[in-house]
Amino acid sequence: MGMPGTSLFQWLLRRRESGIFLALLALACLITSFQPKFATASNLFLVSRQIAFTAIIALGVLFVILTSGIDLSVGSTAGLSGFTAALAMAAGWPVVVAIAVGLLTGAAVGAINGAIVSYVGVTPFIVTLGMLGAAHGAVLVIKQGDSIRNIPHSFISVANGSLFGISVPVLILIMLAVLSHVVLNHTAFGRRVYAIGGNEEATAFSGVNTRAVKFLTYVICGLAASVTGILFVARFQSAQADAGRGMELDAIAATVIGGTSLMGGEGTVAGVLLGAIIMGVIRNGLVLLEVSSYWQELIIGGIIVLAAILDVVRSRKRG
Amino acid sequence: MSGHLLEMRGISKSYPGAQALQQANLSAGAGEIVGLLGENGAGKSTLVKILAGAQQPDGGEILIKGVPVRFKNTREAAACGISIVFQEFNLCPNLSATENLFLGHEMRGGLGLLSAQRMREKARESFSRLRTEIDPNALVRNLGVAQQQIIEVAKALQQNPGILIMDEPTATLADKEIQILFAIMRELKQRGLAIIFISHKLNEVLEITDRVVCLRDGRNSGEIESKSADADKLVSMMVGRDLGRMYMPRQSKRSAEVVLEIRQFARPPHVNNVSFQLRRGEILGLAGLIGAGRTELARLIMGADKKTAGTLALNGRRIEIRHPADAVACRIGYVSEDRKRLGLVLGMTVRENCTMTVHRQIVNRLGLIRRRAENEIADRYISRLQMKVSSREQITRNLSGGNQQKVALAKWLAIHPDVLILDEPTRGIDVGAKAEVHQIITRLADQGVAILLISSELSEVLHLADRVIVMHQGRLTADLPRELATEEAVMKAAVS
Repeated sequence: MGMPGTSLFQWLLRRRESGIFLALLALACLITSFQPKFATASNLFLVSRQIAFTAIIALGVLFVILTSGIDLSVGSTAGLSGFTAALAMAAGWPVVVAIAVGLLTGAAVGAINGAIVSYVGVTPFIVTLGMLGAAHGAVLVIKQGDSIRNIPHSFISVANGSLFGISVPVLILIMLAVLSHVVLNHTAFGRRVYAIGGNEEATAFSGVNTRAVKFLTYVICGLAASVTGILFVARFQSAQADAGRGMELDAIAATVIGGTSLMGGEGTVAGVLLGAIIMGVIRNGLVLLEVSSYWQELIIGGIIVLAAILDVVRSRKRG
Repeated sequence: MSGHLLEMRGISKSYPGAQALQQANLSAGAGEIVGLLGENGAGKSTLVKILAGAQQPDGGEILIKGVPVRFKNTREAAACGISIVFQEFNLCPNLSATENLFLGHEMRGGLGLLSAQRMREKARESFSRLRTEIDPNALVRNLGVAQQQIIEVAKALQQNPGILIMDEPTATLADKEIQILFAIMRELKQRGLAIIFISHKLNEVLEITDRVVCLRDGRNSGEIESKSADADKLVSMMVGRDLGRMYMPRQSKRSAEVVLEIRQFARPPHVNNVSFQLRRGEILGLAGLIGAGRTELARLIMGADKKTAGTLALNGRRIEIRHPADAVACRIGYVSEDRKRLGLVLGMTVRENCTMTVHRQIVNRLGLIRRRAENEIADRYISRLQMKVSSREQITRNLSGGNQQKVALAKWLAIHPDVLILDEPTRGIDVGAKAEVHQIITRLADQGVAILLISSELSEVLHLADRVIVMHQGRLTADLPRELATEEAVMKAAVS
């Protein structure tokens, strides 16, 4: 998007992501100065994997928020998808099929959300709030006895493995981020996602099937959540009933901190990645600095509200 | 020039990248109606926003009764007796007339509770002082545009202002309603108010104002007593050049080939049994009062609303249009009367808006958008419609009304329409842009596009249309060939 004739530096200055990136650098320096352990290779490996879990979900949430919707159910969707995948694996199904089961679960949950939001016309906030409860409830209903533990080793070792020192979840995140970026910026579908967030009625009048586009964003969101859900199974070597609970908070926060407008129409993949990294680094920093977990929640919650305030201030400046 | 109630001297204001005002002057005396004229982007809005305290000038001074004042915000301006009636309605449709009138200045009784009864009486009083009967309990949603406009005026008058600014108050009103508003303005004038009146309709300006001040490119470009002015004089003051002609002669002969045939379209109560034919290269004017069902008819044709009855044939073939997407696929375009809500995505670039209707044409086999093809389309219409934009990457919100309208037109020209429905295509745009839009319409018809032109401006319909149909309360009441379409004939059909 750089215009000819402007230097790279000027281009960077104009991007809102640049400010977020500087904030991240400052944050990392600050944490390192208090706790040098932060900058060690082993810590960064763990932090980056944790960030990938959040960021993959946040990429899906980005699609929905760009249309000025919201998906509060992503945490529960991740949990449910991981659970169905684990069930399939425990039943002895091939790993690839089991993964497909997990992905389909996520897509199905997203499809239900999307259908109710865009074809019935219920506000996304309520639909996905209900789904937050329902998807978790589904896990509890299906679950007989305790968590599912007999997960095949082949799956655990691959999904927990690494390539060139980068963990598999991070590699998957990079792939999905590139894919999301291309879809959002270089396809008609992506253009329509932004247009709906800018002015849904005018977009419909231009001959765009806005309902189908909105429906698809929820399916994409559910799919993204299921990817993290499946990776969780490997991470914990089991499917826990509570896996993914509360992740909607981090995922939505990452999206907003990364400069995505909750009003829709504005936000980028790069911003979401930066937002997720900031969230992950703060969480890790608080742990390393031995801040009590009660305080952690309070601080994270405060940061989210602050990011939302910044969003409003920014849009006011634009007039 | 002393003794003026209001005097703005040497006002300057610049925005990033643009000098909006340069040493602009404006004065108004008590009991005087001053017209403020200028093309869009000439600085009128900025000037009145500064006066109303919504913006701060970079230089210059404002004197009220000879005393210099400085407004940090609209509240300070209101305290000095300056009220503004905005171009767009600022009413809450879900609240009653009274509640809207007192919004922010509610009357309270004991315990801080609202005194609804007192407010209702006050409301009734102020409406009747404006010689209109509006039920104080009626929800604004259920009131007509004219009544809403009067509530806006009543709201502005609540502060007992000495200076009243009216920014295009007649843009959405029909002729009869405009006369009511003018009667009110004359009465306010009698009471000694200074009124600053902004409008693009020159005949209105000549009718109601005492004096006209013209702005061009942020500077004063002329001032004239309304008595000694005429439309031509005002236009040349505004644009500083000859416009050529407002209307161009038609080139091509009329074709007999029917492109669009509408039969028995209905969606009560707005549209009842409407049938008509539209021929290739024809401009069919659709006249009628506001609320006659013209926009609703257009929405039915586009598939934006469901019709309860009726059939549609395109080039002789019966087709069913269920969604605007179907209409676009059949190359039927619709330029909405409400370009901000239905026409454009204002936050997107000119390029992105221009190609909004033709995504299928600009993607390659992988589904990726070909930027070069997209740029070509945008550039083609930027030059063909002579849009004044800094580049195709300019955000549409930052364009003037006339240029926004051209973008709204461009995205429909991009589908190479067979049928183009134009709903109030020149509403709220300045004289220069208006003439250009008229030329574009004529040229399109000459190229064979069948055009349905909906307009509340009678002269526009009469000058452009080859044939005029008239709607009244959801029904067609007249179908007049150009020769018989006189102002009287159309008005008669529009009201009966």
